[in-house]
Amino acid sequence: MKKATIQLETLTCPSCMTKIEAALKGLEGVNKDTLSVSFNTSKAKVDYDDSKVAIEDITKRITDLGYEVKKPR
Amino acid sequence: MQRTILRNKKLITLISGILVAAAFASHYLLHNGPLAEGLMLAASIIGVLPIALQAYQALRVKVVSIDVLVTIAVIGALVIGNYEESAVVTFLFLFGDYLELRTLNKTRSAIRELTQMAPESALKQMEDGSYQEVLIDEVDIGDNLRVLTGAKVPVDGRVLTGEGHVNEASITGEAVPVSKHEGDSVFAGTILDNGTLHIVADRVGEDTTFGRIIELVEEAQDAKSEAERFIDRFAKWYTPAVLVLALVVCLVTRNIELAITILVLGCPGALVIGVPVSNVAGIGNGARHGVLLKGSEVIHDFSRVDTMVFDKTGTLTIGRPKVAEVKHYHEEQDETRALIYSVESQSDHPLARAIVEHLSDMTPYPVEKTDVVKGGGIVAQVNGQRVAVGNLALMQQEGVAISESAMDDIAAMEKAGQSIVMTSVEGQLRALVGIRDQLRPKVKEDLQRLKRMGVKHLVLLSGDNQGTVDLVASELGLTEAHGHMLPEDKAAYIKDLQKQGRIVAFVGDGVNDSPSLALAQIGIAMGSGTDIAIETSDVVLMNSDFSRLPHALGLAKATAFNMLQNIVIAIGVVLVLLFSLFFSTWMNMSIGMLVHEASILVVILNGMRLLRYKPRA
Repeated sequence: MKKATIQLETLTCPSCMTKIEAALKGLEGVNKDTLSVSFNTSKAKVDYDDSKVAIEDITKRITDLGYEVKKPR
Repeated sequence: MQRTILRNKKLITLISGILVAAAFASHYLLHNGPLAEGLMLAASIIGVLPIALQAYQALRVKVVSIDVLVTIAVIGALVIGNYEESAVVTFLFLFGDYLELRTLNKTRSAIRELTQMAPESALKQMEDGSYQEVLIDEVDIGDNLRVLTGAKVPVDGRVLTGEGHVNEASITGEAVPVSKHEGDSVFAGTILDNGTLHIVADRVGEDTTFGRIIELVEEAQDAKSEAERFIDRFAKWYTPAVLVLALVVCLVTRNIELAITILVLGCPGALVIGVPVSNVAGIGNGARHGVLLKGSEVIHDFSRVDTMVFDKTGTLTIGRPKVAEVKHYHEEQDETRALIYSVESQSDHPLARAIVEHLSDMTPYPVEKTDVVKGGGIVAQVNGQRVAVGNLALMQQEGVAISESAMDDIAAMEKAGQSIVMTSVEGQLRALVGIRDQLRPKVKEDLQRLKRMGVKHLVLLSGDNQGTVDLVASELGLTEAHGHMLPEDKAAYIKDLQKQGRIVAFVGDGVNDSPSLALAQIGIAMGSGTDIAIETSDVVLMNSDFSRLPHALGLAKATAFNMLQNIVIAIGVVLVLLFSLFFSTWMNMSIGMLVHEASILVVILNGMRLLRYKPRA
C-alpha cells in the first residue's frame, strides 16, 4: 500500500468532490476507505496498491474528468 | 478538445457575456429581433459547452452533479426555443463559477499564506566546510546550516554562533522580532530580520513545529462536523431527486418551462458551500493570530463552553518558579543545603529545578540511591544518610515529627502563595523551601474577558497546596479552586462537571495533563507544551500565549454564528425560490439562476468577514 496526496486545481463546487471520489472509487487497487477529496485544501488523499495501479493511472483518471492535477506525491 | 474547452473557461465566460450583452443591445436599441435571437443562440451554445462536458464526465462516473441539472435545463430551453433564457442561464452559471473561484481563493488565502511560508531551501555546510544551497528535503538532523539576513530558518534547531533578530510570526502570530544568540532555539518558517546565524538542525521537515502546525491546519480546514456530513449525504441524494421531480412535473403538467425552472432552482449551492467557507475563514484567522482550531466540530463545541478549567503552573503562571524563602531547623545549614542540592539535582520537576537554580553554588554529594515517591517527592541515600525531599505527605510517610513552629511557618508560607518543599535527614526536619511562581502578566484581564464572553465558571485545579491555589484564585477572581489534585483527580473532577451538564474546556500545558485535555469537550493546549498535548488537544495556543485565549473563544463563537447565518441564508433562499415558483408570476429560469448564484456569493462573502475578526477589548 502506498499513500498518495494529490494537489488539484482550486475546487469551487462541492459536487466536484463527489465526482472525483466516484471516479477514483472505480479504479482497481484503490483503497476506497482511505479515499478523501477535501474541498478547502483541494487535495485528494488515497492509499493504493502500487502493484495493481500506478499513481499516473490515478492522476489520469482525474484529468480525464476535466480537473487539473498540480502535484502528485 | 475537452481540455482546451475547460482550460479556456474564462474566455468562454467572457465571450458568452459579450454575446448576451450584444443580444440585449440589438433587441432594445436596434429593435432587431432576429439578430438578438441569433446572438442569444450563439451565446447559449458556446456557454453550455464546458458545462455539458463536465456533466458528461459526471454522468460517466454515475454522479448527478449541478452541471447535469443545468445542462438539461439549457437544452430544454433551447428545444422550446427560449434562447434568451438559455443564454442568460449559462452565462450566469459560468460567471458565478468564476466569481466563486476568486472569492473562495480569498477565504482560503490565510491558510495558503501560512503553508507558503514553509521553507524550501537551506544553506548547508558540506564536507569541505563550504556552504551550498540545497533543497529542504536534503537537510538531515545534525546538519550545520547558515541563515542569512532576510532568509527563512529552514529547520528547528539551536544557534551555534552568530546573532540576529528573528520574526516568529508564522509560529506565534507575534510580529515583534525576537533576539537570538548562541544556544537559543530557532524554528522553521520564521524569518531572520537581521544578522547571520549558524545553526544545527534538531528537527526537520514535518517534524518541525511549523511542519506540524501546517499539517494540523490542513486537516482542520476540511474536518467535518456531524451536521456537515449530514448535509453532504443529503446533497448526494438531493440532486438526483430534483431531476426526478422535474421529470415528473414535465410528464404530468406537460409544461417544459416549469420543469426546467425547477432544475435550475433545485441546484444545491449555498447550503453545501456555506459551512466549509465559514470554517476555512475562521481557522485561517486563527492561524494568523497564533490560535489553532482543529475543525468545525471543535469550533461548534468551543463556542458553547460555559466552564473553563485551568491548570496552574505554566498556564496561569509563567511556569518558571523561583525560591522565595528558606527556613532552617538545624545548625548545619550548609550541609542541609548541599544535601537538598544533591537530591534535587536528580529530578526534573519544576520545583526541583527552581531549587537547583537557587543553590547552584553548592558542591553536590554523591547520591547512592534514589526513589521517586509519586505525588510526594524523592527519598535518597546521600553520604550515608537517608534524605527525603518533598511535601507534607512524604514527611508523614517518613515519620518525621513537625514542630509547632514549623507548622506555623508552613501556614504562613502557604498563605503567601508559596509551594513548600520540605527536607528531612534521618527522620528529622531540616528545612522548608518556599517557592513562588509569578502569574502571567495580564492574565486577570484575559479571564475577565472570558467571563464577559459567557464563560460562567472559571475553575483552577492544581497539584499545589490549597493555600497557594486559594491565593491565585482570589487574585484572579476565579469561581472555584482546588489544590492537592493528582492528574487523575483532575480528570475525575472534569467528569463530574460534565455530569452536571456543563460544557467544559480544559486549559493546560500537557505536562501530566493529557487525560484532562482528552476528556474535556475542548482541550486547549499551551503550544510550547508537549507534542502529545498538541496532538490530543482541540485548540492550541501557539507559543503558550495565554492572551490568545479570548481571541480563540471569540473567534470560535463568531465562526459558529457565521455558519448558522450561512445555513439560514441557504435554506431561506431555497424556500423563497420555491414559494415564488408556485405562488408568483415573476419567477423564471434566469431569475432563479441569478438568485442561486447570488446566494452562493453572499455566503462566501459572509464567511470572508471572519478573516478580519478581532475580539472586542
